[in-house]
Order: sequence, then structure tokens, then C-alpha cells
Amino acid sequence: MNDQPEAKLSVRDLWKIFGPDPKGVVSGEFPRMTHEQRLAHVRASQHHVAAAGVSFDVPTGHIFVIMGLSGSGKSTVLRSISRLVEPTFGSVTLEGTDLLGASQSELIEIRRHKMGMVFQDFGLLPHLDVIQNVAFPLKAQRRPREERRERARQMIELVGLKGREHAYPHELSGGQKQRVGIARSLAVEPELWFLDEPFSALDPLIRSQMQDEFLRLQTQLNKTIVFVTHDFLEALKLADEICIMKDGEIVQIGTPAEIVLRPANDYVRRFIGDVPLANVLRAEDVMSPAWDDGKPHPTVARQAILDEAIKLFDETTETVDVVDAEGAVIGSLHPLEVIRSLYHDQPETAA
Amino acid sequence: MSRFARRFVVSCGAAWPWLLVFAVGAALVLARAAYPQVVTFPDGWLLPLEGPINVAMDWIVENLRGVTRAISGGLGWAFWLAQEMLVHTPWLVTLAAISLISWQGGGLRLTLLIGAILLYILVSGYWTEAMNTLALVLVALPLSVLLGFAAGYLGYRSETARGIIMPTLDLMQTVPAFAYLIPILLLFGFGPVVGLIASVVFAVPPMVRNTILGFQRIPPAIIESACMSGCSRRQQFLWAELPTALPQMLIGVNQTTMAALSMVIIAAIIGGFEDIGWEVLSAMRKAQFGQGLLSGIVIVVLAVMLDRLTAAYAARQLPTTSHAGWPWRRFAVILVAAICGAWLLAWLVPFFADWPEALVFFPANAINAATTDFVMAFGEVMSRIKNAILYFLLLPVKLGFERAVVPFTWGVTFTPLAKTIYWLLAAVACAVAFGLGRWRAGVAAVIVAGFLFLGATGLPWALVVLAVGLLAWQVGGGRLLALAVFSLGFLLLNGIWPPAMLSIYLCFVAVVICILLGGVIGIWAASSDVVSQVIRPINDMLQTLPQFVFLIPALMLFQVGDFTALLAVVAYAIVPMIRYTEHGLRSVPRPLIEAGVSSGCSPWQMFWQIRLPLAQAQILIGINQTILYALGMLVIAALVGTTDLGQAIYIALGKANAGAGLVAGLGMALIAMTADRILQAVIRSGR
Repeated sequence: MNDQPEAKLSVRDLWKIFGPDPKGVVSGEFPRMTHEQRLAHVRASQHHVAAAGVSFDVPTGHIFVIMGLSGSGKSTVLRSISRLVEPTFGSVTLEGTDLLGASQSELIEIRRHKMGMVFQDFGLLPHLDVIQNVAFPLKAQRRPREERRERARQMIELVGLKGREHAYPHELSGGQKQRVGIARSLAVEPELWFLDEPFSALDPLIRSQMQDEFLRLQTQLNKTIVFVTHDFLEALKLADEICIMKDGEIVQIGTPAEIVLRPANDYVRRFIGDVPLANVLRAEDVMSPAWDDGKPHPTVARQAILDEAIKLFDETTETVDVVDAEGAVIGSLHPLEVIRSLYHDQPETAA
Repeated sequence: MSRFARRFVVSCGAAWPWLLVFAVGAALVLARAAYPQVVTFPDGWLLPLEGPINVAMDWIVENLRGVTRAISGGLGWAFWLAQEMLVHTPWLVTLAAISLISWQGGGLRLTLLIGAILLYILVSGYWTEAMNTLALVLVALPLSVLLGFAAGYLGYRSETARGIIMPTLDLMQTVPAFAYLIPILLLFGFGPVVGLIASVVFAVPPMVRNTILGFQRIPPAIIESACMSGCSRRQQFLWAELPTALPQMLIGVNQTTMAALSMVIIAAIIGGFEDIGWEVLSAMRKAQFGQGLLSGIVIVVLAVMLDRLTAAYAARQLPTTSHAGWPWRRFAVILVAAICGAWLLAWLVPFFADWPEALVFFPANAINAATTDFVMAFGEVMSRIKNAILYFLLLPVKLGFERAVVPFTWGVTFTPLAKTIYWLLAAVACAVAFGLGRWRAGVAAVIVAGFLFLGATGLPWALVVLAVGLLAWQVGGGRLLALAVFSLGFLLLNGIWPPAMLSIYLCFVAVVICILLGGVIGIWAASSDVVSQVIRPINDMLQTLPQFVFLIPALMLFQVGDFTALLAVVAYAIVPMIRYTEHGLRSVPRPLIEAGVSSGCSPWQMFWQIRLPLAQAQILIGINQTILYALGMLVIAALVGTTDLGQAIYIALGKANAGAGLVAGLGMALIAMTADRILQAVIRSGR
């Protein structure tokens, strides 16, 4: 994962500690201790760790999903990056600027121009209608009224709420409310887009629909995204990269395929248990080197999910070629490998 | 039988502290003939705070004269302004302005209601008095709201401030208003300004509470989203926090308005001038019931008007409201135009300036005559009811069976034999309950028997301290014990034990009646939607009325005395009992009801085994509220001639004796707080 060139957002050794005197805990010897020593030290001083030594990079345009159950510290990490919560120790840099060192007024400027955030329970202002809610961040910047309205209208159209501009939050469904939340977070054209369990409060059908729309928006907008969820399937569906957290620590970071095919430990493996892998794995994730037996094979795009690729096998076809965007063959799929990958057999060790 | 015996022994083991208390109690009762100080707290042990308070008060009055003069000057000026606006203008102007304000707040229906109320006040002939009262409210309200908002916001932002504000609010709301009227009286002298200040003090707490609540209830996501929208601290407060907390704060404004009105009326006792409270009070003092009733009705309609008006503006702040009114700028123009127009009209046509005497409908004498006729016709029955309740309920609780059961009242004598049988029965009931494993019921049986035998005024004070202390300790531990002992000690050392026991007696009877009657009504309302819909507006009405009003009908029919006070207290304090009983029974979760039905419960079993146990916590809260309401009303009821702590406060008020008044007021507050905390501990332990 470290071969990716420039990281837009970089988080290094981030700690968030709760208790009577967190700053005291991380002073003195703390920076020179090993990770285990630090954990022991914090516990010994009767403090509670919400995030422990969290480090990751998010390249421009990537969707970075932090996945964890409740109490895993995922929300704390997100809030530490946006400084809704003050982290106790570590560093967060946005394109080389240190976010944690920013003064309150600098922070307000950064939030006004570079960050947008979507919340699980929406955070819409009940006394404002849709267009006023969406225009709210622009109002905070004291932009002229006409410009605010214009921009808010564009955003409302983008999220498909045209015609509901003058509805109040209590008149909207959950899905519609979150569309407003999304539109508001995008109104200032942020470079960094934070989403904190944005779809968790919605019912399953709406959730799936919103996820598709989120992906559509992202292909249009190409934001750098940190997305927090407790839903493993959602993480697999949306992520370029997933970070699984437990008890404030990172358990594993990797692409969806890496996580599914090579889970770091039993904790991760338990999540994979009931995942429909055919919908998660892509042709390129399970292909073997190109198999050239002189015969023509059906071809499938490298990004295609296995569910589609499997349909190409029949009585006479035992090989499917994987092609890249230009049509060049980059590998082949064989039924046995496909089956093994679907049954959680790890290709390297199973052979 | 062996099972019974085993349980009996276990119960005795659990209840041994109580058995000890009973033994001490029996010893004290037997010793009281030889040592009267067992029942009457010895004078030599008194440590009254009255003197020191008066000395301190004199010093404060002496040294704060400049400040108090400035405050009363400022308030006097504000009141003069409000009076100019409401009283000294042609009635058409006031009517037009208030109607327009109602239209803006609540549309046509509200305007019609309030227009009708104003017309009624005109017709009743109490226009000037009502407008004077309204002017007082108008001055007190913004002050209360501002102070309440400031304190509430402070309490929201700072943990430390909240730690100071909350107990202060408790105290402000439990110390009877009469008690702090006295120091205010001393500081600011007689007159409308005293009433103003008292009503500001009295009306602030609901505003503070609702402000804190409003801010605390802002969803965290709203604050976070304001932060992430790049709001500065000021923007966050003005554009996100304040508007989100506003609906709750407006509920506070509504409650504050009603409290201010209530207090403005009560304050007539010290600051009487040409206001409606004074009218009621002087009518009651002169036993002119017609006048009292008519002016009482004016208070009622005033209360309804203020309640509906502020409630409409509170509802208007929610985006759900259908009535939006005019844009504010246009509203201001229309208002000014209407006022000018009305003024012009009144200048041209005198009818619109002063309501003609000929159109006043004032049937006071007719009502007086009718009351007299009614009392003549039904006096026999009514005095029989009154005497029955007095002899068989009030006196036994006050004096105990041993002094209340005499040939004159009961027709029999409480012979030593009967007394022995009485105590034997109590002992047997206790033993049976112990044997069934319910030692609490057994202990309660003996306590009730003892209480009724000795009466509230005949209880040895040491026994009360022991029993209440033990109860407090068992339900709430050391802190509650400390509060109970402190409260009772306060009453004893200040020499206000006898009136305090009278207060407890009257309150006890009222609360028992409220529990029984209110419980039945609440159960009925919970099982019938029709009853519920009939009861609700009546309850709303009873709760919005200034406490003062309750006295009028009771006094009209049954002269001064404990019974009249009892009626007024019950009418006022029954509301929470009804409300909480109904709410508790109705809010039993649906699945549990269905589980009961599918288990084959009969409606009777359903009630006793499912609904009632689950509603118990709510009902206990209702009882708690009822006790607090009853104690609060007791002080007002002193006006119709009781002999309790309320009366002590009232007398102190007449003598402007700040020490005596404050001591009695604090005594009342301590009783209320002790009862409240003990019951709350019981509620908590039941969960």
C-alpha cells in the first residue's frame, strides 16, 4: 500500500485517550515507548484508549473506508482528523499542512474551504428548509445570497432533490434527509469528504440505492474520501481501501480483495464468513497468468466481479481471459481457482 | 404452620430496627403523662433563627437602600410605561393591538377566542383592574425571560454553574412565595413594585430549566455539522444552537408567563392597588362572594388568554405550524396602522374610548343572593357533609383517635378496652403480614395504626425523628438520613414543630384524598378515551389557573376553616395524580398487553397483574408531585383560615417579620424536599 505516490491525507501514530489527564499520559517518556509499552502505560494510569497508534494514508481521489464495530474507535479517528475531537497525540497532515497545529481560526478556514462532512443522524437544522440547509456552510463564509442560492440549487439537483427546495427536514424521509446532508457537505466544494456512517440510519433498500448513488457521485466529483461504517458489506462495496479497527487499533488495512483473500487474523475472518464473495472479488483479484493454448477464450474486464465472469464458463469453456481497458489479455480464470477463492481458500497456500 | 413461623422469624430479623423504634415509641407514649416534653419540644432547647435573620435583614435593608431605590425606581418607571400602554389608552386600541398580536401568532381561532375574552373583561367592568394586572405581567415577563435565559445558558455552558443553579431552583420553587415576599417587602416597601420583583423571582425557574433543557437537547450532530460548516463560535450559537433550542425555550416562556401571572395576583396581599388580585382578595375579606367570583372569573380568562397566546407563539416556531402569519415588517406596519386608526376612532367616538357603564354586566348582588339561597336550602346537607368529614377524617388525623373519638363527635367513648382491642388488632395484622413474608406491610400497618391513634399533633417528636430517619436511611442511605434529620431538627429548634405538624396533617389528608380520588379518575380515564378527552381540558385548566382562584368557590360554600382549605388543596393537587396514573397505565408497552391477552388474562387480572405493576413507577411520581402541589397550595390556603405553617407565614407577612416568615417558609420547603427525596429514593429502589 505504500507504493502509492502522493498521499492527500496522512495520519501518523494518532492517539486519542480519555480520562482525567490525557495530556499528562502522553508527555514524558511516551514518545519513546514501543506500542505495547504505551498501551500498558495508558491502562496503568487509569485512562481509556479510543484510538491507539492509528496510521494511514489516503491518496487523492480514493475512498478510504474505516470499518469497525461500535466502540472500535472508528468515529473517534474520523473526528480526530476533522478535529471535532482533539486528538491526544500524533499527526494529521493535509497536503503537507499540519492539521493538528492549526489555530481555531485557521481550522475554521480549513473547514470552510477544504472539508465536508456527512453525519449518521443528518445534523440538519430543523428551522431551515432544504435550500437554506444546503447553503448554510456558504452563509457561514458570508458569501453573497444569490451565489449561495445558486450553488445550493446545483447541489440539490446533483443529489436528486430538485423540487423539494422549500421542504423542511421534518417533511423529508430518511433517505431524502441524508441527500440534503450530502448536498450540504458538498456545497463548499471540499477536497476532503468525511462520511460518518451516512447510510446506517436508513432502511436496507434505500441504503443500497444511496450507496450506488454515492459511487456515481464520486466518479463525477473525484473527492478524497474517508468513510466510516460498521457494515462490512458496505465497506467492500464502496472502498478503494479498507481499514478494519478493533479496540482503537488497526487490525488490517488493504483493498477489499486483499482483506477477503488474505484476512490478517480470525477477527477479520469472522466478518468474511457470510460475505457473498462472488460479488466482491474481481476478475483481476483471482486470475492466474495468461493461459495461451492457441484457442480463443471468452474475455472479461479486469474490474468485472466474479459473479459476471462465472456466467461465461460452460461445458466447453474451461478458460476465460481477463483483459484490461485496451483489450490486452493480462491473465486467465480457471474454474478451480474461482471455486477455491469463493470458498475462502487462499490461492497461494491452497495450491 | 412451620413455614409461617419460619417466615415470621425471618421478617422479624429484617424488620428489627422498626421493632426497636416501635418499642421506643411505646415507651415514649407511656411516659408522656409524666414527662410532657416527650410530645412538646422543651422551650429551653429552642435555638430560633428568627432573631438573627431579622438582625441580618435590618443590616441589609440599611446598607442596600441605594440599590433597592434604584431598582424600584427603574421598575416603577417600566410599570408606569406599561400602564400607559394598557390602562390609559382607549380600550379599542388595546383590543385591536392584542387581537392583531393573536392573529399573527395563531390565526383566526385564537383571535376570536382572545377577542371574546377581552370583550368579556370589558363587559364585566373589571377592565382597568385586569389591564393593571396585565401591565404587571408585561413588565415582569421580559425580566424573568432574560434572567432565566442568561442563567440557563450559563448552566448549559458550565458544569460548575449548573451545580449551583439547579439546587437554587429547587429551593426557589419549594419555598412558598409568601415567605420571600417578606424580605422583598422590607427591601422595596409596599406597592406594585414588590409584586413585580416577587413575580420575577417566582417566574424565573421554569425559564432557566427549559433553557438548559433546550440547549442540552440539541442533537450532537447539529453542533458538529455547524462546526464542520466552518461556523465561528458566534455563528454556531446564533444560527445553530439558539434556533434549535428555541422551541423548548418558548415552552419555558409560556410557563414563566403563567407563573408571573399567578404571583402578580398573590402579591396583591402586600402590594394591593387597583389590580385584579386585590379585587379578589378584598372581596374575599369582605365575604362578598359575588364580587369574588366575578373577579375570579376575570383572572381565569386572563390566565387562559396569556396561556393560549404564548403557547401559540411557542408552536409557531416549529416548522410544522400551518399558520405563518404576516412577514414581520408588514405585521409591524399593520399594527401601527391599526393602533393609530383605533385611537382616531376613539377620539371621534367616546364609546370606543371608555366602555359605557350602562353596558357593564355585574350580577354580584344576584350571585350573593343566590349563594345565600343555596346555602339556606342545602346548608343542612352541606354542613352534615362538612361535619362528617371533619369528625371522621380530619379530626382523627389531627388529634388521633384517642382525642377525636368522644361522645360529642362519634357518639361513643374510646374506652380502655376498645383501645386494647385496637392495639391487639394492629399487632395481629402486623404478625400475619410478618408470617406471610411481607414485613414492610406489617411495619406500615403498625405505623398507620400509631399515627391514627396519636394524631399528627400528638406524636412524640423523638419518635417522628427516629421513624423518618430510619425510613430515610433504609431507602436512601446516609445523605438522605442527614437531610431528614436536618429538616426535622430545623423545625424543632426553631419552635415551629406544632404548626409544621398541622401542615403535615392537612397535607396528609389532602394527599390521601387525591390519591384515592385521583387514582380512580386516572384509572377510569386510562380505560375510556371519552373520559380521557373530557378530563384533559379540565386538568389543563386546573393547572393554568392561579392558585388563588381555587379558594373562591370553596370559601363561598363552606366558610373559613380546615375543611375549606382541604377542598382548595385537593382541587389543586389532584391534577398530577390523575395525569400520571392515566399516563402510567396507558404507556404500558403494547407487547406486554398482548402477552397478557395471549396468556388468557381476564381484564381484572390484566389490570392487577400487568398494568398496575408496570404503571407503579409513574403513579409514584404522580404521588410525589401531588405532595409537592399540596404543600405549595397549603400556604395559599392559609388565607381561608388554617392554623399551620402557612398561617405562620401569612401572619409574619402581616407583621413584616422577615425572620419568622423565612423560618416558616424554609420549614415548609424542608418538609417538601424531605418528602420529595424520600419518595424519589423509593421510586429509584423500585426500579
